[in-house]
Amino acid sequence: MATKPRQYKEGSFFEIFRYKDLLVQLVKRDIKLKYRRSFLGYVWSILNPLLIMIIMAIVFSFLFKREIALFPIYLLAGRSVFELANTAVSKALGAITDNTSLLKKTYVSKFMFPLSKITSTTVDFIFSMGALIIVMLVFSIIEGRLLFSFWNFGIIIVVVEAYIFSMGLGFLMAQLHVFFRDIRYVYNAFSTMLMYCSAIFYDVGMFYDKAKDQINAGVTPFALYLAHFVEYCNPVYIYIKQFRYFIWVPTLETVPQWAVVTPVDFLLGFGYAILMLAIGVFFFKRSQDKFILYI
Amino acid sequence: MENTEKEKAPQYIVDVDNVTVRFNKANQKVDNLKEYFVRLIRRQLMFQEFIALKDVNLKIKKGEAWAIIGTNGSGKSTLLKVISRILKPYKGSVKVDGSIASLIELGAGIDPKLTARENIYLNGCILGYTKQFIDEKFDDIVEFSELEDFLDSPVQNFSSGMKSRLGFSVATMVEPDVLIVDEVLSVGDVLFRKKCMKRMKEMLEKGATLLFVSHNMTTVKEMCDKAIWLNNGEVVMSGDINKVCDEYNSTIEEKKAKEKKEKQKK
Repeated sequence: MATKPRQYKEGSFFEIFRYKDLLVQLVKRDIKLKYRRSFLGYVWSILNPLLIMIIMAIVFSFLFKREIALFPIYLLAGRSVFELANTAVSKALGAITDNTSLLKKTYVSKFMFPLSKITSTTVDFIFSMGALIIVMLVFSIIEGRLLFSFWNFGIIIVVVEAYIFSMGLGFLMAQLHVFFRDIRYVYNAFSTMLMYCSAIFYDVGMFYDKAKDQINAGVTPFALYLAHFVEYCNPVYIYIKQFRYFIWVPTLETVPQWAVVTPVDFLLGFGYAILMLAIGVFFFKRSQDKFILYI
Repeated sequence: MENTEKEKAPQYIVDVDNVTVRFNKANQKVDNLKEYFVRLIRRQLMFQEFIALKDVNLKIKKGEAWAIIGTNGSGKSTLLKVISRILKPYKGSVKVDGSIASLIELGAGIDPKLTARENIYLNGCILGYTKQFIDEKFDDIVEFSELEDFLDSPVQNFSSGMKSRLGFSVATMVEPDVLIVDEVLSVGDVLFRKKCMKRMKEMLEKGATLLFVSHNMTTVKEMCDKAIWLNNGEVVMSGDINKVCDEYNSTIEEKKAKEKKEKQKK
């Protein structure tokens, strides 16, 4: 007989530890099926962000008057983090409804399905860092100096924060999707809004400059409120800012004020992540027994 | 005091206590926001109750073999789902003291794009086993499923018989305390079916508890010693297999005779 594993309360979030081997299997499946028997599978996961980065870099360097140093690195860093959270959540969203047949036939901790999607997206994200390495290599050659530094490893902290945050939002959306199938459209609109609020192709310094003008002109400094909103109320921007601090900032000769990360940013980043996880787990747990009636 | 009371109380391995299961039988399922708000405004968000099981009691001692009988739609599968934790009862409680292997539908977690080898691990983990444990049992599983030559080909190329062999082998790789079987053995060739029956009997001999759903009275009588008869979600009778089966058969005969009469009248 197998030794009995430690008992976790049925339906509790911590049951995921009992199913940790299942998590490994599910993540392996997702990764394998994506890359199996196709070398291009990996090439695509690098090529896709690279191509989008090139297009955006060309378009926005014409559109904006402001110069952001090493703009392609700035852009790619920001977009990767946003895409990590966005892809993770939108995959987790359908995780329960995609496993209908399984949930109708066996008992499994339902947390496992969104969790595995978020984990495999995070692993994918680490793979796709190849694109960033290529861009940094190219610019190292162009600039004639090495743009890599020891600081780069700091992104691990950001990945952890984004992982926890996506988990929370993923659980919340996955359980909503069981009851309201059109929540996906609401989420898509929300994520587009979030993208424009995350300073991916512009910089927050722009708002502060505008605010200065507004104050000088004696009008209400709306730009300042906007900057504060993005900087303190948008967790995704907080993660982007930190990510750039470890990737993009070390390559700069003069560091702009708005790019500097303080301990407050980490506190906020982890705070939002844990709060989101608590909210997600709370609602998921509350409604999970009703899933079977709606799938 | 408490201790003596505990000793006196018979130890049930499966204890279904006054279980009621309720479904929503609404004509149209509201599963999107748009519909939800439209109906909220029109006040059409009603809940049409459908009781699938009503105050069902089933106490099973260790080592017993129970058959669940009844016509289609009488709540047999619902009862099995409640016991195997897939459904939560609306009222009442279900306690199972031990591990369950449920063969409600074989190969629940089989991914057609993965190979047989990968599926054994995935399926085993879905059933709650650790990877280490599956490693140990891997050879037994492969041998029982007779799929040695197809281990590394994707399951989507398998026949349905091969798939259920794979599912059965994974599901029964341990000696579970409770084995739940819901007419899964209708697929596969005669030889494999016999093999499955043998495996189930072996488990019974080793002290496993069996819950079996079938319409075939001969198999039921062969495998089980007790039976519970459900009709429209309520327990009609439960107890000794022969008594319940005879009563059930005579009722069915009566019904048939009645229907015949009515037809003749027309």
